[in-house]
Amino acid sequence: MPELLSWDELPAGGAVRPQEAERPRTGGWRTGVRPEVDLAQCVDCLLCWLYCPDSAIVLDGTAFAGFDLDFCKGCELCSVVCPTGAIEMVADE
Amino acid sequence: MIESRLLTGGQAVAEAMRQVDPDVVPVYPITPQTPIIEGYAALVAAGRAHGELLDVESEHSALSAAIGAALAGARTMTATSSQGLALMAEIVYIAASLRAPVVMAVGNRALSGPINIHCDHSDSMLVRDAGVIQLFAENAQEAYDLMILAPRLAEHPDVLLPVLVCQDGFTITHSAEPVSLLADEDVRAFVGEYRIPEPLLDVAHPTTRGPFAMPDYYFELRHQLGAAQQAALGVFGELAEELAALTGRRYRTLEPYALDHAEHALVCLGSTGGTLKDAVDTLRADGEAVGLVEVRSFRPFPADELREELAGVRRATVLDRADSPGGAPPLFADVAAAFAGSGVELGTVVYGLGGRDIHPEDVRALLAASGERRTYLGLRGEPCRA
Repeated sequence: MPELLSWDELPAGGAVRPQEAERPRTGGWRTGVRPEVDLAQCVDCLLCWLYCPDSAIVLDGTAFAGFDLDFCKGCELCSVVCPTGAIEMVADE
Repeated sequence: MIESRLLTGGQAVAEAMRQVDPDVVPVYPITPQTPIIEGYAALVAAGRAHGELLDVESEHSALSAAIGAALAGARTMTATSSQGLALMAEIVYIAASLRAPVVMAVGNRALSGPINIHCDHSDSMLVRDAGVIQLFAENAQEAYDLMILAPRLAEHPDVLLPVLVCQDGFTITHSAEPVSLLADEDVRAFVGEYRIPEPLLDVAHPTTRGPFAMPDYYFELRHQLGAAQQAALGVFGELAEELAALTGRRYRTLEPYALDHAEHALVCLGSTGGTLKDAVDTLRADGEAVGLVEVRSFRPFPADELREELAGVRRATVLDRADSPGGAPPLFADVAAAFAGSGVELGTVVYGLGGRDIHPEDVRALLAASGERRTYLGLRGEPCRA
Protein backbone atom coordinates (compact mmCIF):
# COMPACT_ATOMS: atom_id res chain seq x y z
CA MET A 1 0.00 0.00 0.00
CA PRO A 2 1.55 3.36 -1.00
CA GLU A 3 1.69 6.03 1.69
CA LEU A 4 -1.51 8.12 1.78
CA LEU A 5 -1.26 11.84 1.01
CA SER A 6 -2.68 14.61 3.20
CA TRP A 7 -5.27 17.04 1.81
CA ASP A 8 -2.69 19.74 1.09
CA GLU A 9 -0.36 17.32 -0.71
CA LEU A 10 -3.07 16.30 -3.18
CA PRO A 11 -3.55 18.26 -6.42
CA ALA A 12 -6.63 20.54 -6.34
CA GLY A 13 -9.75 18.47 -6.92
CA GLY A 14 -7.75 15.25 -6.97
CA ALA A 15 -6.51 15.72 -10.55
CA VAL A 16 -4.64 12.56 -11.50
CA ARG A 17 -1.46 12.83 -13.56
CA PRO A 18 -0.41 9.91 -15.74
CA GLN A 19 2.36 8.60 -13.50
CA GLU A 20 0.03 8.72 -10.45
CA ALA A 21 -2.52 6.44 -12.08
CA GLU A 22 0.03 3.63 -11.68
CA ARG A 23 0.22 3.99 -7.90
CA PRO A 24 -2.83 2.02 -6.84
CA ARG A 25 -2.09 -1.69 -7.43
CA THR A 26 -5.62 -2.57 -8.49
CA GLY A 27 -4.63 -6.21 -8.96
CA GLY A 28 -5.25 -6.43 -5.23
CA TRP A 29 -8.98 -6.58 -6.01
CA ARG A 30 -8.59 -9.70 -8.21
CA THR A 31 -11.61 -11.99 -8.28
CA GLY A 32 -9.87 -15.18 -7.20
CA VAL A 33 -8.73 -16.33 -10.63
CA ARG A 34 -5.76 -15.24 -12.71
CA PRO A 35 -4.82 -15.89 -16.37
CA GLU A 36 -2.18 -18.39 -17.34
CA VAL A 37 -0.82 -18.75 -20.87
CA ASP A 38 0.38 -21.70 -22.93
CA LEU A 39 2.91 -19.84 -25.13
CA ALA A 40 3.04 -22.76 -27.59
CA GLN A 41 -0.54 -21.91 -28.63
CA CYS A 42 -0.11 -18.09 -28.69
CA VAL A 43 -0.10 -16.57 -32.21
CA ASP A 44 0.66 -12.97 -31.07
CA CYS A 45 -2.64 -11.69 -32.46
CA LEU A 46 -2.77 -9.32 -29.43
CA LEU A 47 -6.57 -9.51 -29.11
CA CYS A 48 -6.04 -9.99 -25.37
CA TRP A 49 -4.00 -6.75 -25.29
CA LEU A 50 -6.76 -4.90 -27.19
CA TYR A 51 -9.55 -6.15 -24.94
CA CYS A 52 -7.88 -6.03 -21.52
CA PRO A 53 -9.68 -3.19 -19.64
CA ASP A 54 -6.76 -2.80 -17.22
CA SER A 55 -3.79 -2.66 -19.60
CA ALA A 56 -2.46 -5.75 -17.84
CA ILE A 57 -1.14 -7.53 -20.95
CA VAL A 58 2.63 -7.00 -21.27
CA LEU A 59 4.15 -6.81 -24.76
CA ASP A 60 7.66 -7.17 -26.06
CA GLY A 61 7.46 -5.06 -29.20
CA THR A 62 4.51 -6.64 -31.01
CA ALA A 63 4.83 -10.00 -29.25
CA PHE A 64 2.81 -11.20 -26.27
CA ALA A 65 5.08 -11.25 -23.20
CA GLY A 66 2.85 -12.04 -20.23
CA PHE A 67 0.45 -10.55 -17.65
CA ASP A 68 0.99 -7.69 -15.20
CA LEU A 69 -0.69 -9.16 -12.13
CA ASP A 70 -0.33 -5.83 -10.26
CA PHE A 71 -3.26 -4.65 -12.37
CA CYS A 72 -5.08 -7.79 -13.60
CA LYS A 73 -8.49 -8.05 -11.89
CA GLY A 74 -9.28 -11.55 -13.14
CA CYS A 75 -12.15 -10.50 -15.42
CA GLU A 76 -11.38 -13.38 -17.83
CA LEU A 77 -11.89 -11.30 -20.99
CA CYS A 78 -8.45 -12.26 -22.32
CA SER A 79 -9.26 -15.93 -22.01
CA VAL A 80 -12.66 -15.44 -23.70
CA VAL A 81 -11.32 -13.51 -26.71
CA CYS A 82 -8.20 -15.65 -27.24
CA PRO A 83 -8.87 -17.37 -30.63
CA THR A 84 -6.55 -20.33 -29.94
CA GLY A 85 -7.54 -21.07 -26.36
CA ALA A 86 -4.02 -20.28 -25.16
CA ILE A 87 -5.21 -18.43 -22.02
CA GLU A 88 -6.76 -20.35 -19.17
CA MET A 89 -7.98 -18.97 -15.85
CA VAL A 90 -6.52 -20.69 -12.81
CA ALA A 91 -7.16 -20.33 -9.09
CA ASP A 92 -5.27 -17.39 -7.57
CA GLU A 93 -3.50 -18.42 -4.37
CA MET B 1 -15.31 56.42 -18.42
CA ILE B 2 -18.31 55.46 -16.32
CA GLU B 3 -21.76 55.41 -17.85
CA SER B 4 -24.98 55.34 -15.86
CA ARG B 5 -28.04 53.65 -17.33
CA LEU B 6 -31.49 52.69 -16.13
CA LEU B 7 -31.34 48.88 -16.05
CA THR B 8 -32.99 45.97 -14.34
CA GLY B 9 -30.67 43.68 -12.43
CA GLY B 10 -31.08 41.09 -15.17
CA GLN B 11 -30.08 43.57 -17.86
CA ALA B 12 -27.14 44.80 -15.77
CA VAL B 13 -25.86 41.25 -15.29
CA ALA B 14 -26.25 40.53 -19.03
CA GLU B 15 -24.22 43.68 -19.66
CA ALA B 16 -21.53 42.49 -17.22
CA MET B 17 -21.45 39.19 -19.14
CA ARG B 18 -21.00 41.03 -22.43
CA GLN B 19 -18.09 42.98 -20.95
CA VAL B 20 -16.42 39.97 -19.30
CA ASP B 21 -17.05 38.13 -22.60
CA PRO B 22 -16.86 34.50 -21.41
CA ASP B 23 -15.93 31.83 -23.96
CA VAL B 24 -18.78 29.41 -23.22
CA VAL B 25 -22.27 30.02 -21.79
CA PRO B 26 -24.46 26.91 -21.43
CA VAL B 27 -27.96 28.01 -20.44
CA TYR B 28 -31.49 26.88 -19.74
CA PRO B 29 -34.24 29.41 -19.06
CA ILE B 30 -36.13 29.71 -15.77
CA THR B 31 -38.02 32.53 -14.10
CA PRO B 32 -36.78 34.89 -12.69
CA GLN B 33 -33.32 34.38 -14.13
CA THR B 34 -34.52 34.33 -17.76
CA PRO B 35 -33.94 38.06 -18.44
CA ILE B 36 -30.25 37.50 -17.76
CA ILE B 37 -29.72 34.85 -20.42
CA GLU B 38 -32.28 36.45 -22.76
CA GLY B 39 -30.39 39.70 -22.51
CA TYR B 40 -27.07 37.97 -23.04
CA ALA B 41 -28.41 35.88 -25.96
CA ALA B 42 -29.64 39.09 -27.64
CA LEU B 43 -26.14 40.54 -27.29
CA VAL B 44 -24.64 37.39 -28.85
CA ALA B 45 -27.21 37.50 -31.68
CA ALA B 46 -26.29 41.14 -32.34
CA GLY B 47 -22.62 40.21 -32.51
CA ARG B 48 -21.81 42.30 -29.43
CA ALA B 49 -20.87 39.32 -27.23
CA HIS B 50 -18.80 36.39 -28.43
CA GLY B 51 -19.45 33.49 -26.07
CA GLU B 52 -20.46 30.08 -27.42
CA LEU B 53 -24.10 30.02 -26.31
CA LEU B 54 -25.16 26.41 -25.70
CA ASP B 55 -28.92 25.79 -25.55
CA VAL B 56 -28.95 22.62 -23.51
CA GLU B 57 -31.91 20.46 -22.49
CA SER B 58 -31.88 21.09 -18.73
CA GLU B 59 -30.08 22.87 -15.92
CA HIS B 60 -28.40 19.59 -15.04
CA SER B 61 -26.90 19.65 -18.54
CA ALA B 62 -26.13 23.37 -18.39
CA LEU B 63 -23.85 23.00 -15.40
CA SER B 64 -22.41 19.72 -16.68
CA ALA B 65 -21.43 21.44 -19.94
CA ALA B 66 -20.10 24.39 -17.96
CA ILE B 67 -17.80 22.14 -15.93
CA GLY B 68 -16.41 20.54 -19.07
CA ALA B 69 -15.79 23.90 -20.70
CA ALA B 70 -14.25 25.46 -17.61
CA LEU B 71 -11.86 22.55 -17.09
CA ALA B 72 -11.02 22.40 -20.79
CA GLY B 73 -9.72 25.97 -20.52
CA ALA B 74 -12.63 28.25 -21.37
CA ARG B 75 -14.05 31.04 -19.19
CA THR B 76 -17.59 29.88 -18.53
CA MET B 77 -20.74 31.47 -17.14
CA THR B 78 -24.33 30.37 -16.68
CA ALA B 79 -27.42 31.40 -14.73
CA THR B 80 -30.32 29.74 -12.97
CA SER B 81 -33.02 29.98 -10.29
CA SER B 82 -34.98 27.81 -7.87
CA GLN B 83 -36.00 24.50 -9.47
CA GLY B 84 -33.18 24.94 -11.97
CA LEU B 85 -30.65 25.11 -9.17
CA ALA B 86 -32.38 22.16 -7.53
CA LEU B 87 -32.05 20.13 -10.72
CA MET B 88 -28.40 21.19 -10.88
CA ALA B 89 -27.74 20.38 -7.24
CA GLU B 90 -25.97 17.11 -7.95
CA ILE B 91 -23.67 18.88 -10.41
CA VAL B 92 -23.14 21.90 -8.12
CA TYR B 93 -21.37 19.61 -5.66
CA ILE B 94 -19.36 18.07 -8.49
CA ALA B 95 -18.42 21.49 -9.94
CA ALA B 96 -17.00 22.48 -6.57
CA SER B 97 -15.22 19.18 -6.10
CA LEU B 98 -13.71 19.33 -9.61
CA ARG B 99 -12.61 22.90 -8.81
CA ALA B 100 -14.32 24.25 -11.94
CA PRO B 101 -14.29 28.07 -11.76
CA VAL B 102 -17.73 28.54 -13.32
CA VAL B 103 -19.54 31.81 -12.58
CA MET B 104 -23.28 31.47 -12.18
CA ALA B 105 -25.86 34.20 -11.69
CA VAL B 106 -28.68 33.02 -9.43
CA GLY B 107 -32.02 34.82 -9.47
CA ASN B 108 -33.12 33.68 -6.02
CA ARG B 109 -36.60 32.17 -5.98
CA ALA B 110 -38.50 29.98 -3.55
CA LEU B 111 -38.27 26.24 -4.10
CA SER B 112 -41.39 24.20 -4.76
CA GLY B 113 -43.60 23.23 -3.13
CA PRO B 114 -46.00 24.73 -3.22
CA ILE B 115 -44.85 26.07 -6.56
CA ASN B 116 -44.06 29.77 -6.44
CA ILE B 117 -41.97 32.10 -8.61
CA HIS B 118 -41.03 34.83 -6.14
CA CYS B 119 -37.98 35.52 -4.03
CA ASP B 120 -36.64 33.71 -1.09
CA HIS B 121 -33.27 32.11 -0.47
CA SER B 122 -34.29 28.46 -0.19
CA ASP B 123 -32.67 27.69 -3.56
CA SER B 124 -29.27 29.04 -2.49
CA MET B 125 -29.53 27.28 0.85
CA LEU B 126 -30.14 23.97 -0.91
CA VAL B 127 -26.53 24.12 -2.17
CA ARG B 128 -25.14 25.77 0.96
CA ASP B 129 -22.76 22.91 1.70
CA ALA B 130 -21.69 22.11 -1.87
CA GLY B 131 -18.43 24.03 -1.55
CA VAL B 132 -19.40 26.81 -3.97
CA ILE B 133 -18.91 30.49 -3.14
CA GLN B 134 -22.16 32.44 -2.72
CA LEU B 135 -22.15 36.23 -2.91
CA PHE B 136 -25.42 38.11 -2.27
CA ALA B 137 -26.14 41.43 -3.99
CA GLU B 138 -28.32 44.12 -2.41
CA ASN B 139 -29.34 45.72 -5.70
CA ALA B 140 -28.72 45.78 -9.47
CA GLN B 141 -25.49 47.75 -9.08
CA GLU B 142 -24.03 45.17 -6.75
CA ALA B 143 -25.18 42.31 -8.98
CA TYR B 144 -23.32 43.99 -11.87
CA ASP B 145 -20.18 44.70 -9.83
CA LEU B 146 -20.06 41.22 -8.28
CA MET B 147 -20.54 39.58 -11.69
CA ILE B 148 -17.34 41.35 -12.81
CA LEU B 149 -15.45 40.45 -9.65
CA ALA B 150 -16.64 36.83 -9.68
CA PRO B 151 -14.48 35.40 -12.50
CA ARG B 152 -11.29 36.63 -10.83
CA LEU B 153 -12.37 35.15 -7.51
CA ALA B 154 -13.38 31.83 -9.09
CA GLU B 155 -10.18 31.51 -11.10
CA HIS B 156 -7.71 32.56 -8.42
CA PRO B 157 -5.18 29.71 -7.99
CA ASP B 158 -5.80 29.57 -4.23
CA VAL B 159 -9.57 29.39 -4.77
CA LEU B 160 -10.63 27.57 -7.98
CA LEU B 161 -14.29 27.27 -7.03
CA PRO B 162 -17.61 28.04 -8.71
CA VAL B 163 -18.98 31.44 -7.69
CA LEU B 164 -22.73 32.04 -7.44
CA VAL B 165 -23.73 35.68 -7.76
CA CYS B 166 -27.07 35.66 -5.94
CA GLN B 167 -29.65 38.34 -6.62
CA ASP B 168 -33.19 38.40 -5.29
CA GLY B 169 -35.68 37.29 -7.94
CA PHE B 170 -37.88 40.14 -9.29
CA THR B 171 -36.76 42.57 -6.56
CA ILE B 172 -33.38 42.78 -8.27
CA THR B 173 -33.67 40.79 -11.51
CA HIS B 174 -36.74 42.69 -12.80
CA SER B 175 -36.57 46.10 -11.10
CA ALA B 176 -34.97 48.99 -12.97
CA GLU B 177 -32.62 51.38 -11.26
CA PRO B 178 -29.69 53.55 -12.34
CA VAL B 179 -26.59 51.36 -12.71
CA SER B 180 -23.07 52.73 -13.24
CA LEU B 181 -21.34 50.71 -15.94
CA LEU B 182 -17.60 50.44 -16.37
CA ALA B 183 -15.93 50.97 -19.72
CA ASP B 184 -15.51 47.74 -21.69
CA GLU B 185 -11.72 48.06 -21.74
CA ASP B 186 -11.58 48.48 -17.95
CA VAL B 187 -13.59 45.29 -17.45
CA ARG B 188 -11.42 43.40 -19.94
CA ALA B 189 -8.27 44.62 -18.21
CA PHE B 190 -9.70 43.73 -14.79
CA VAL B 191 -10.72 40.16 -15.68
CA GLY B 192 -7.70 39.48 -17.93
CA GLU B 193 -7.05 36.15 -19.64
CA TYR B 194 -8.58 32.92 -18.35
CA ARG B 195 -5.84 30.82 -16.77
CA ILE B 196 -6.27 27.68 -14.73
CA PRO B 197 -3.72 25.02 -13.78
CA GLU B 198 -3.65 22.03 -16.14
CA PRO B 199 -6.53 22.81 -18.53
CA LEU B 200 -7.74 19.60 -20.17
CA LEU B 201 -6.94 20.90 -23.66
CA ASP B 202 -3.28 21.13 -22.68
CA VAL B 203 -2.66 17.72 -24.23
CA ALA B 204 1.05 17.87 -23.45
CA HIS B 205 0.12 17.63 -19.76
CA PRO B 206 -2.84 15.25 -19.59
CA THR B 207 -4.76 14.72 -16.34
CA THR B 208 -7.74 12.66 -15.27
CA ARG B 209 -10.45 14.65 -13.46
CA GLY B 210 -13.21 13.41 -11.26
CA PRO B 211 -11.43 10.38 -9.87
CA PHE B 212 -13.16 7.79 -7.73
CA ALA B 213 -12.22 8.51 -4.12
CA MET B 214 -12.76 5.82 -1.54
CA PRO B 215 -12.75 6.30 2.25
CA ASP B 216 -8.96 6.76 2.02
CA TYR B 217 -9.21 10.00 -0.05
CA TYR B 218 -12.79 11.40 -0.11
CA PHE B 219 -12.37 13.17 3.25
CA GLU B 220 -9.13 14.90 2.18
CA LEU B 221 -10.59 16.06 -1.15
CA ARG B 222 -13.71 17.52 0.52
CA HIS B 223 -11.46 19.24 3.05
CA GLN B 224 -9.66 21.04 0.20
CA LEU B 225 -12.93 22.90 -0.41
CA GLY B 226 -12.90 24.32 3.09
CA ALA B 227 -9.33 25.50 2.62
CA ALA B 228 -10.20 27.11 -0.73
CA GLN B 229 -13.21 28.84 0.87
CA GLN B 230 -10.98 30.15 3.64
CA ALA B 231 -8.53 31.50 1.05
CA ALA B 232 -11.41 33.14 -0.81
CA LEU B 233 -12.09 35.47 2.14
CA GLY B 234 -8.69 37.11 1.65
CA VAL B 235 -8.78 37.00 -2.15
CA PHE B 236 -12.20 38.68 -2.14
CA GLY B 237 -10.71 41.56 -0.15
CA GLU B 238 -7.78 42.00 -2.56
CA LEU B 239 -10.02 41.91 -5.63
CA ALA B 240 -12.54 44.27 -4.03
CA GLU B 241 -9.71 46.81 -3.53
CA GLU B 242 -8.69 46.46 -7.16
CA LEU B 243 -12.28 46.86 -8.34
CA ALA B 244 -12.82 49.83 -6.02
CA ALA B 245 -10.02 51.64 -7.85
CA LEU B 246 -12.20 51.43 -10.97
CA THR B 247 -15.68 51.92 -9.51
CA GLY B 248 -15.23 53.85 -6.28
CA ARG B 249 -17.42 51.18 -4.63
CA ARG B 250 -15.52 49.18 -2.04
CA TYR B 251 -17.01 45.78 -1.24
CA ARG B 252 -16.33 43.70 1.80
CA THR B 253 -17.38 40.18 2.67
CA LEU B 254 -19.95 41.92 4.85
CA GLU B 255 -21.27 45.48 4.91
CA PRO B 256 -21.69 47.20 8.26
CA TYR B 257 -24.28 50.00 8.40
CA ALA B 258 -24.86 52.42 11.28
CA LEU B 259 -23.06 50.23 13.79
CA ASP B 260 -21.50 53.12 15.73
CA HIS B 261 -22.72 52.75 19.31
CA ALA B 262 -25.36 50.29 18.14
CA GLU B 263 -26.83 48.13 20.91
CA HIS B 264 -28.94 46.05 18.59
CA ALA B 265 -27.76 44.80 15.19
CA LEU B 266 -29.80 43.29 12.40
CA VAL B 267 -28.12 40.73 10.12
CA CYS B 268 -29.45 39.84 6.67
CA LEU B 269 -28.69 38.74 3.10
CA GLY B 270 -29.69 40.29 -0.21
CA SER B 271 -32.10 43.08 -1.18
CA THR B 272 -33.67 43.21 2.28
CA GLY B 273 -30.50 45.08 3.26
CA GLY B 274 -31.78 48.08 1.30
CA THR B 275 -35.10 48.00 3.13
CA LEU B 276 -33.39 47.64 6.49
CA LYS B 277 -31.05 50.58 5.80
CA ASP B 278 -34.14 52.80 5.45
CA ALA B 279 -35.64 51.27 8.58
CA VAL B 280 -32.42 51.79 10.53
CA ASP B 281 -32.24 55.45 9.40
CA THR B 282 -35.77 56.05 10.72
CA LEU B 283 -35.13 54.21 13.96
CA ARG B 284 -31.85 56.06 14.50
CA ALA B 285 -33.66 59.37 13.99
CA ASP B 286 -36.04 58.23 16.74
CA GLY B 287 -33.10 57.59 19.04
CA GLU B 288 -33.00 53.80 18.79
CA ALA B 289 -29.43 52.40 18.85
CA VAL B 290 -29.96 50.03 15.91
CA GLY B 291 -27.47 49.03 13.21
CA LEU B 292 -27.19 46.50 10.43
CA VAL B 293 -24.82 44.01 8.86
CA GLU B 294 -25.46 42.81 5.33
CA VAL B 295 -23.62 39.58 4.74
CA ARG B 296 -22.25 39.93 1.20
CA SER B 297 -20.36 36.62 1.17
CA PHE B 298 -22.52 33.88 2.64
CA ARG B 299 -19.99 31.23 1.56
CA PRO B 300 -17.28 31.67 2.65
CA PHE B 301 -18.94 32.98 5.80
CA PRO B 302 -16.94 35.88 7.31
CA ALA B 303 -17.35 34.80 10.94
CA ASP B 304 -14.26 36.65 12.27
CA GLU B 305 -15.21 39.92 10.62
CA LEU B 306 -18.77 39.59 11.89
CA ARG B 307 -17.53 39.12 15.46
CA GLU B 308 -15.29 42.17 15.12
CA GLU B 309 -18.04 44.37 13.69
CA LEU B 310 -20.56 43.33 16.32
CA ALA B 311 -18.17 43.27 19.26
CA GLY B 312 -20.02 46.11 21.00
CA VAL B 313 -23.64 45.05 20.51
CA ARG B 314 -25.88 43.60 23.18
CA ARG B 315 -28.20 41.79 20.79
CA ALA B 316 -28.18 40.63 17.17
CA THR B 317 -31.33 39.69 15.29
CA VAL B 318 -30.77 37.52 12.24
CA LEU B 319 -33.26 37.70 9.39
CA ASP B 320 -33.50 34.56 7.28
CA ARG B 321 -35.37 34.43 3.99
CA ALA B 322 -35.33 30.65 4.22
CA ASP B 323 -36.39 28.23 6.92
CA SER B 324 -35.13 24.89 8.05
CA PRO B 325 -38.26 23.16 9.30
CA GLY B 326 -37.40 21.36 12.50
CA GLY B 327 -34.04 23.15 12.87
CA ALA B 328 -32.25 26.51 12.87
CA PRO B 329 -32.64 28.82 9.83
CA PRO B 330 -29.40 28.81 7.81
CA LEU B 331 -28.03 32.35 8.23
CA PHE B 332 -28.91 32.24 11.92
CA ALA B 333 -27.06 28.96 12.30
CA ASP B 334 -23.85 30.55 11.01
CA VAL B 335 -24.23 33.68 13.10
CA ALA B 336 -25.01 31.64 16.20
CA ALA B 337 -21.91 29.53 15.62
CA ALA B 338 -19.82 32.71 15.26
CA PHE B 339 -21.15 34.11 18.56
CA ALA B 340 -21.23 30.91 20.61
CA GLY B 341 -20.18 31.74 24.17
CA SER B 342 -19.78 35.47 23.40
CA GLY B 343 -22.61 36.77 25.58
CA VAL B 344 -24.27 38.49 22.60
CA GLU B 345 -28.01 37.79 22.81
CA LEU B 346 -29.36 36.38 19.55
CA GLY B 347 -32.74 36.55 17.92
CA THR B 348 -33.91 34.76 14.79
CA VAL B 349 -36.54 35.92 12.34
CA VAL B 350 -37.88 34.01 9.37
CA TYR B 351 -39.48 36.38 6.86
CA GLY B 352 -40.44 36.86 3.24
CA LEU B 353 -40.85 33.23 2.20
CA GLY B 354 -42.23 32.82 -1.30
CA GLY B 355 -41.72 36.52 -2.02
CA ARG B 356 -43.82 38.00 0.79
CA ASP B 357 -42.75 41.63 1.16
CA ILE B 358 -40.92 43.07 4.12
CA HIS B 359 -41.49 46.77 4.84
CA PRO B 360 -39.33 49.20 6.82
CA GLU B 361 -42.09 49.58 9.43
CA ASP B 362 -41.98 45.83 10.10
CA VAL B 363 -38.60 46.30 11.74
CA ARG B 364 -39.98 48.21 14.70
CA ALA B 365 -42.17 45.21 15.48
CA LEU B 366 -39.08 43.00 15.36
CA LEU B 367 -37.35 45.18 17.93
CA ALA B 368 -40.43 45.20 20.14
CA ALA B 369 -40.64 41.42 19.88
CA SER B 370 -37.00 41.05 20.76
CA GLY B 371 -37.68 39.01 23.86
CA GLU B 372 -38.95 36.17 21.71
CA ARG B 373 -36.27 33.85 20.53
CA ARG B 374 -37.76 33.17 17.10
CA THR B 375 -40.20 35.29 15.11
CA TYR B 376 -42.03 34.45 11.90
CA LEU B 377 -42.60 37.89 10.43
CA GLY B 378 -46.15 38.32 9.15
CA LEU B 379 -47.14 34.69 9.63
CA ARG B 380 -50.90 34.34 10.15
CA GLY B 381 -51.76 32.33 13.22
CA GLU B 382 -49.80 31.70 16.40
CA PRO B 383 -46.39 30.26 15.38
CA CYS B 384 -45.68 26.72 16.38
CA ARG B 385 -42.59 26.73 18.63
CA ALA B 386 -40.34 23.92 19.62
